[in-house]
Amino acid sequence: MARFVLKRLLYMLVTLFIITSFTFFLMKLLPGSPFNNEEKLTDQQKFILNEKYGLNDPVPVQYFNYMSNLAKGDLGVSFQYDNRPVSTMITERIGPSAVLGIEATIIGTIIGLILGIAAALKHNTSIDYLSSLIAVLGISIPSFVFAGVLQYYVGVKLEWLPVALWDGPKYHVLPALSLSVFVIATVARFMRTEMLEVLGQDYITTAKSKGLSNLVVIWKHTIRNAMIPVVTILGPLAINLITGTLIIEKIFAVPGLGFQFVSSIQLNDYPVIMATTIFYSVCFIIVILIVDILYGVIDPRIRVAGGKG
Amino acid sequence: MSMHEKQLNNDLFQPAVKSTEDAEKITKESTSFWQDARRRLFENKGAVAGLIIIVAILLLAFLGPLFSHNTFDGQDTSRTNLPPRIPVLEKVSFLGLDGVDIRGVDQYKMKNQPNNYYWFGTDALGRDQFVRVWKGTQISLYIAFLAAAIDMIIGVAYGSISGYYGGKTDNIMQRIIEILIGIPNLIVVILMILILDPGILSITFAMVITGWTTMARIVRGQILKLKNQEFVLASVTLGAKSSRILTKHMFPNILGSIIITSMFTIPSAIFTEAFLSFIGLGISPPTASLGSLVNEGFKSLQIYPHLVLYPAVIISLIMISFNLLGDGLRDALDPKMRK
Repeated sequence: MARFVLKRLLYMLVTLFIITSFTFFLMKLLPGSPFNNEEKLTDQQKFILNEKYGLNDPVPVQYFNYMSNLAKGDLGVSFQYDNRPVSTMITERIGPSAVLGIEATIIGTIIGLILGIAAALKHNTSIDYLSSLIAVLGISIPSFVFAGVLQYYVGVKLEWLPVALWDGPKYHVLPALSLSVFVIATVARFMRTEMLEVLGQDYITTAKSKGLSNLVVIWKHTIRNAMIPVVTILGPLAINLITGTLIIEKIFAVPGLGFQFVSSIQLNDYPVIMATTIFYSVCFIIVILIVDILYGVIDPRIRVAGGKG
Repeated sequence: MSMHEKQLNNDLFQPAVKSTEDAEKITKESTSFWQDARRRLFENKGAVAGLIIIVAILLLAFLGPLFSHNTFDGQDTSRTNLPPRIPVLEKVSFLGLDGVDIRGVDQYKMKNQPNNYYWFGTDALGRDQFVRVWKGTQISLYIAFLAAAIDMIIGVAYGSISGYYGGKTDNIMQRIIEILIGIPNLIVVILMILILDPGILSITFAMVITGWTTMARIVRGQILKLKNQEFVLASVTLGAKSSRILTKHMFPNILGSIIITSMFTIPSAIFTEAFLSFIGLGISPPTASLGSLVNEGFKSLQIYPHLVLYPAVIISLIMISFNLLGDGLRDALDPKMRK
């Protein structure tokens, strides 16, 4: 296990190194510098500014500096917002995004599990079909469409909840709900399949023939075993939450990282784009790593490390 | 009671001929795997509905624009923001297809266009929404086709080479995939967009780089399973070349998994494009994509809901029908997965 974790950590570092290097050289390839927009600057002033930010150095030196700064957590300065350090821009914005992501995960997992379990226990009844329908719709309908529908009907027509912005618990409901739809659908689908698989196993028959009550069989033997593989879908869900927040934050004007990312792309604010890209990749890689390790820990039958053993 | 006894006499019965030949006779034509799969697929109502909707959307996307004399980028400020109006259906008032807007004003009369019919209305620049929506659908379908093609070509080739040759080749190829999987798709697309400018080209490139990894892994797993089976060994003993073994013996056996995998790649690719266009990274104006149309429509959702309604409904329909068809195909081609 330790060897497996070490190996994965090594891969993680290689992947990160490739992503950051790729990102850096792309930044060098892109047209424009922080001071191109300032028409009033003389060549002399531009030279001094470039010197100050180390932009006159040869590219390999810049690359080395960038990488060592990155290791210290310094991601450069924004072109558009008065040379603000990008790292503070990210730390300021990460709060709402994280809250939104966690809320969506909690809502989604709970509702998804309930739907999936109900569907499996009432297999081939109207409850099962309804749950399957919700799952297909949840996976299919793009989140921006769903968010728009919620915003229009609940926010504008019924005026139950605020349409947008981020100003207290009331403002969390609609964005978190829109974000959780995909989680609900994925978890429900997966849980249903797993539950049906487990319900068909011999040990369930054994448990029933021992005279255990239905509740104990379902809770202790079925749900617990069916939950194990659910961990594997956390990876894809994490990616979806990241892309999800980009849209949802834009639609609901939530001052999060995704919202900033989208606007920085529209403003061509390269350092912010690059830094956020790296940040997202790091989050993503760490989630994948945790999922892989968790999977091995939760279910000893699965040997991610050895394969043959 | 007695009546029954009367009717049952020995004349009614004949001795059955007992012959070994008859026992061996196959009374019913044997069904091949594909015939069986087709039968299972067509029994699945959801999958059939999905297939029909996909075909209908495909036809409309390519034939729809021909019904209109407008082009997708033809602007005309004299006909801006017209609500939808369809002949015949305009008489049915509750459908809202009579050219009357949300405030109850007949926009067609007001804007002096009494003889024109814009089936999906027009946008803020007076462009025919009907043509634009189907143009956008064409882009979604192009992405679907592209995703499937990349899966089939790069993914299958990469996976089968990696799995079939094994050893060092497999090791290196798998390490490359692991790194590629570590990079989120979205990031690659955004980097591509920065180099190549937003548009269909950068999305295409990004998909070529990352779109095939799932398929490659699945194909590799399947090939590894098949590699050591007897029929492959027999073929090797008879002197078959690697290319023959792969194309004649392995591919027919893994075709099911290939189809299933690409059916699930398609909706996620369509969503990625729509999502990118929605945040303003994908297709750039004047070309329309369903995602960018929804995004534009959001700006005037309260006054002109028709601008959001049609693209949103169509993108949802496309996604739902591809997912339904994918589910149906999975159940049909992989009976073990059936629940």
